[in-house]
Amino acid sequence: MTPEWIFGLAGVLVAAAPLVIAVVGETLSERAGVVNLSLNGAMLLAAMVGFAAAVQTGSLELGFLAATMIGALMALVVAFASLTLRQSQVAVGLVLALLGRDLAYFLGSPFMNIPGPRVGPLPIPVLKDLPILGPLLFQQTPTVYISVLVVVAAWIWMFRTRPGLVLRCVGERPSAAFGRGVPVTRVRYGYAVLGGALVGFAGAAYILDFKGGWQGPISGMDGIGWIVLAITIFGGWHPVRGAFGVLLFALLQWLSLVVQPSLPGIPPQVFYVVPFPLMIFALLLTNLGNAEWVQMALSRLPESRRRLAFRILHSLRVSPPAGLGMAFKEE
Amino acid sequence: MRVEMRHIYKSFGPVRALQDVSLTVEAGTIHGLLGENGAGKTTLMKILSGYLRPDRGEILLNGEPVRFASPADGLRYGIGMLHQDPLDFPTMSVLDNFMMGCENGFWLDRQRARRALQELARLFGFDLDPEARVDRMTVGERQQLELLRLLRQGIRVLILDEPTTGISAPQRAQLFDTLRRLAREGKTVIFVTHKLEEIEELCHRVTVLRQGRLAGEAAPPYSPRRLIEMMFGRSLSKPERRPALPGEPVLQIQNLIAGDYRLRLGRVNLTVRSGEIIGLAGMEGSGQHLLMRVCAGLIRPWEGCICVRGRDLTGKPYCAFLDAGVLFVPANRLEEGLISGLTLTEHFQLVYPTGGYLINWERARAEAQRRIQEFNIRGEPETMVEALSGGNQQRAMLALIRKPVHLLLLEHPTRGLDVESSMWIWQQLKEQAQQGAALMVISSDLQELLEYCDRIIVFFGGQVSEPMNAEELTTDQLAQMIAGYGWRG
Repeated sequence: MTPEWIFGLAGVLVAAAPLVIAVVGETLSERAGVVNLSLNGAMLLAAMVGFAAAVQTGSLELGFLAATMIGALMALVVAFASLTLRQSQVAVGLVLALLGRDLAYFLGSPFMNIPGPRVGPLPIPVLKDLPILGPLLFQQTPTVYISVLVVVAAWIWMFRTRPGLVLRCVGERPSAAFGRGVPVTRVRYGYAVLGGALVGFAGAAYILDFKGGWQGPISGMDGIGWIVLAITIFGGWHPVRGAFGVLLFALLQWLSLVVQPSLPGIPPQVFYVVPFPLMIFALLLTNLGNAEWVQMALSRLPESRRRLAFRILHSLRVSPPAGLGMAFKEE
Repeated sequence: MRVEMRHIYKSFGPVRALQDVSLTVEAGTIHGLLGENGAGKTTLMKILSGYLRPDRGEILLNGEPVRFASPADGLRYGIGMLHQDPLDFPTMSVLDNFMMGCENGFWLDRQRARRALQELARLFGFDLDPEARVDRMTVGERQQLELLRLLRQGIRVLILDEPTTGISAPQRAQLFDTLRRLAREGKTVIFVTHKLEEIEELCHRVTVLRQGRLAGEAAPPYSPRRLIEMMFGRSLSKPERRPALPGEPVLQIQNLIAGDYRLRLGRVNLTVRSGEIIGLAGMEGSGQHLLMRVCAGLIRPWEGCICVRGRDLTGKPYCAFLDAGVLFVPANRLEEGLISGLTLTEHFQLVYPTGGYLINWERARAEAQRRIQEFNIRGEPETMVEALSGGNQQRAMLALIRKPVHLLLLEHPTRGLDVESSMWIWQQLKEQAQQGAALMVISSDLQELLEYCDRIIVFFGGQVSEPMNAEELTTDQLAQMIAGYGWRG
């Protein structure tokens, strides 16, 4: 008999999967130097279109494909405005974020609360029968497996391949990358669109798998895009750290729901809100080494331990790609 | 490879950066390119390496005309450039930096790249840790890394743009040995500088630029007077040395300990008197910048105390230091000293407001014009500070010194400046000292420190020497201490 908390944790993984995919997408885009602030709107619009396409065609695959293309298209608009027209990424992204959301609610109203296809679980033979690990990891839906694959693939791509090295360099210092023969603008276009495609896919995963249907404004999706943007930063623009950030967030949300019944005196709204300040607190912890008082306190330690403490704090610290959001002109 | 540039023209908007400049460099030689700031040296070299396209003129390599659309094209023909600020990726590791641009294929072969790096480093006697982050290294080390990377990319022509600004004396000697060796092996080396002594020491031939035009060529033995005339169109005379008459103590540091991630600055005891100029020497990152920032009130010391004119300012905020007449002029002019996107008039308004809440722009403009003339800045009141040349930015920073100033702290005030601008800057500093300010100056140019400072402190890995009388020191002694020789304990 499987204990109930295992199902709870398995649910955390399901809830986390779309966010993980979106975080990886945004990480790739920002590593190349393009901030896609339209993410919230793009995810909503992609989810709605994906659901509509799946309902109309009866094919989940076509639904995901349509959503992916919508995400890529939104990112392409941001990329075109910033890289070719040299407009502010922030301004264009914010406007698109609002546009995407309203468009999703408006165009999606005929599809609200109607039954549609939903991604079913795909147990993995043999592994699914493992105790604890089986129900936790190997009786999940394909999107959960895909989210893990996306994280691993992104990590290998970024840190083990030559194009990945180029990606990190383009976001860090485009002028230096250009000096070494990298077509900076083309690379930025490529990763912005790829990142957008993943965001679109994530939107479809949220509706077609996790939620199981489009419910318009009450889908509970609005705002997720902003959290994805925050977790991208929290994860230090690193796919694995980002994925752990998402898991932490999903875990906190689940815990707050688990704890809620045992604390009846506290209004339920508190439990919805609590994960957010906790995330900010976690962010603070990772950047503790910056604070002057911490350095002062550590200076009292003996030499060897002081170095170790500094090293740990320093390795936790993250800094954004230096070329993030910066326009780059060749010549 | 023989390099020829013929009748090159280049304009940026209305500014004519280069007019009819020709340059011929023979294979296997070190060719100097000499000129004051803004003479067009860097522009010419950026054209040769493919970063910029000339408006007119042609480039020939071994007699074949070539055209570069990007630096990648330049690299393909074997032309590599070391930029004044190393054009690398500061937050990434040495190995990543080394691999970027060199590697072929899809997968990164770290093992192979590491071996190649270590082999090349051994060949040239460089000590580089492949795992270290580049922003923790000195400018000299970053230069060495860039050099090795370019060599691995198979360059035959090496361009170095002001490579000795910001590196220590031993690193400079090592760099020069390397360049001589590369020339012996048949590579073509073009050495851009504004320092005469480097031309004399290193170059087989020199081309001089003045205000975007060819001013002349020379071969050894060089006549410094002749070169200076070519650079400036006239000769310069150095100011005479006047003994300082130190007055009241301005800055007193007792038992000070400070530090950051990298370094712990050992116990410092120091008194600086009014009218005195103290020079701070040491390799980049030996603690001199840390002490400077502690004195400026930007970093709080871990232990010990700082008094300015008898007032204990330990642990007080930066504005208390400002009120006490402490002024800090940082090395990164555009990052810390000036505000990009603001005009000269706006800068002067920040420091010397005319009127109350409303700015009278007419008066402000007139005031700015007056200061621009007084400080000999080449610019207009409406000029954005980032559009000024390095020398003029430095002049603007001096023009922004708030009066009265009692303690003036300067980091590399003449970094990247030509002889004329440097002399002008030092003259201004001397004047400040004569008016009663105490000065502390960081510089990597030992000659300059010995010439203009009264006392010199040497830093080595966080250790701080006693102040030494500059007149009794030689460059060699100083260079040895910087490299870590002759320290007690």
